[in-house]
Amino acid sequence: MNSDTALPARKPTDWNTDAMQQRIRRRYASERRFKLLGLTAVGVSAAFLAFLLISMLANGLRGFTQTDIKLPVDFRTAPILIDPATLKGPNVDQVLAGAGIQQVTQHAAVAAFGPDGGTMVSDGAWLVVREAIKNDPSILQQRVDISVPASTAIDLAAKGHASSGAEAAYAKLKAANVVSTSFNSGFLVESDATDPTLVGIWGALKGSLLTMLVTLALAFPIGVLSALYLEEYAPRNRWTDLIEVSINNLAAVPSIIFGLLGLAVFLNTFHLPRSAALVGGLTLALMTMPVIVIAGRNAIKSVPPSIRDAALGVGASPVQVVFHHVLPLALPGILTGTIIGMARALGETAPLLMIGMRAFIATPPDSLTAPATVLPVQIFLWSDEVSRGFIEKTSAAIIVLLVFLLTMNGLAIYLRNRFEQRW
Amino acid sequence: MTDNSLNEIAAHQHAEPSAPKMTARNVNVFYGAKQAISNVSIDVDMDNVTAFIGPSGCGKSTFLRTLNRMNDTISGARVEGTIELDGENIYAPSMDVVQLRARVGMVFQKPNPFPKSIFENVAYGPRIHGLAANKADMDAIVEKSLRRAGLWDEVKDRLSDSGTALSGGQQQRLCIARAIAVDPEVILMDEPCSALDPIATAKIEELIHELRGRYAIVIVTHNMQQAARVSQRTAFFHLGNLIEYGVTSEIFTNPREVRTKDYITGRYG
Repeated sequence: MNSDTALPARKPTDWNTDAMQQRIRRRYASERRFKLLGLTAVGVSAAFLAFLLISMLANGLRGFTQTDIKLPVDFRTAPILIDPATLKGPNVDQVLAGAGIQQVTQHAAVAAFGPDGGTMVSDGAWLVVREAIKNDPSILQQRVDISVPASTAIDLAAKGHASSGAEAAYAKLKAANVVSTSFNSGFLVESDATDPTLVGIWGALKGSLLTMLVTLALAFPIGVLSALYLEEYAPRNRWTDLIEVSINNLAAVPSIIFGLLGLAVFLNTFHLPRSAALVGGLTLALMTMPVIVIAGRNAIKSVPPSIRDAALGVGASPVQVVFHHVLPLALPGILTGTIIGMARALGETAPLLMIGMRAFIATPPDSLTAPATVLPVQIFLWSDEVSRGFIEKTSAAIIVLLVFLLTMNGLAIYLRNRFEQRW
Repeated sequence: MTDNSLNEIAAHQHAEPSAPKMTARNVNVFYGAKQAISNVSIDVDMDNVTAFIGPSGCGKSTFLRTLNRMNDTISGARVEGTIELDGENIYAPSMDVVQLRARVGMVFQKPNPFPKSIFENVAYGPRIHGLAANKADMDAIVEKSLRRAGLWDEVKDRLSDSGTALSGGQQQRLCIARAIAVDPEVILMDEPCSALDPIATAKIEELIHELRGRYAIVIVTHNMQQAARVSQRTAFFHLGNLIEYGVTSEIFTNPREVRTKDYITGRYG
């Protein structure tokens, strides 16, 4: 090596110059800034979540309680048209339907609370009276106090949201010491109604449950088997590329399009019943399946090839490799995808509107083909109502939807953790 | 390599050759258009451990994997020539691959126990092939296999622990136990010690000595000392060709080919 090309002697780096110190300070400052930004972001989202939950709970929990009025009914003087003997017969409901109980209830309310007493009890108060008669026909010869639900105006006044007229009426009832608050068990067992004091969530909850069952029963096996086939068996060629692209695109299609598809295919071509949980489930399954396929393929891809080699090496057939080793190891990932897909399906409204699930359904669906509605659609319908009583019911329905979602996800996470294995 | 030269090698053999367990004739392996193995002919017999040595990428692992058709799983891989197990062509359409892999077991480079219990790892093969009639039978097979793999005393009290919780060397012996549980005729080992420390390696080598004679063993290694220690016959591969195949001691002391000599003296590799 000649001296011309030799490197000059290296000058030792001085780490204590001002420029160096400044660089260090800047680095620390940018670290702090980034940390602060992150904390702010987390804080803002936590605040939004807290605001959402608190306002929901504040409004919604009131929806789970109702105000009752103790209504004195004197059946001895009331114009009731019942022969007590017929109440033992087989067609009790028919007898009671024609007995004029509605008028009797109104009269009793007027007699007890003055001329506008009729508006203080709920439109459905007579249903409670009817049940009372049915349970104990002997009250027809007595004067009894029956606890009936208050009207929406009184109910709101009791919860501190009175309109001007109801304030006085509520004060009067309160002075008479006939109002009380109880848990609104009807909300959990009844279905949609026109009077907010009578509505219940059970119909929509059951509709959601049936719809989700159909969705899960179709989307999970089809999605998992598709993912397995595409990953483990399908040859790599133009056709499988096309299928892959189509599935990826399907996952990004706006949900209302799936509604149109369901309308065109399931209703118009196959003539399945309108508004049914079956059709809702089929439509949502179309929407959920691509999500499960994509998550499933990623999970299957992440199973180490050495496990496949090991199983093949002891003479397992390809199907045994897949079902004994690959699938169990991929299951946690597949379940995560399924949770995401199902959660999206549970909250979906738009495609269900297209297949007629926005109808007013006053009875819970008793089969997959019976008319049904689902929780998010019910929430949407109630939020559209004029009566103020629906506000708290809407919030209460949102709480039910969230609890349903949390239960479903909790179950899936429990299953995922059970299957989780390390390698 | 011609049949003539094979006969020549036969004259140098260590143990008297029984009928060869596996014979490969004029084997070519292609990955797509690339040829990975050119015209390799080799015999493997029951009484000797056969080592494949050669520099990285020379095709020794590829060739090993053709012996139990593990290359079938690689898309684009194509095998020409004949490979026979007891005189039966393993690439014939009538050959059942699943049964072939039960008869020709394999141990891989990286220990790859299933993420299941130690017992399940060993019992898996016998179970899918229906080799155990009942629970007691299965217990016996598992114990026998773990004993032969020299692992029984270390794990007999924790058979229900996960196989992945064992140390690297124990995992590899578990994989050997898993391979011998289905009672194969041939065991292929693809660099079984490359991920292990010297003590674990010594244990595996000892184990190979003990298994010799019961199974035909083929071991791929890039460690020449290991080949010298465990094998009786050695095949030297270079760039997809079988350069030299013969008695291990001869190959290491008196190689006939210059390339073999250069490799074992550390000139390249």
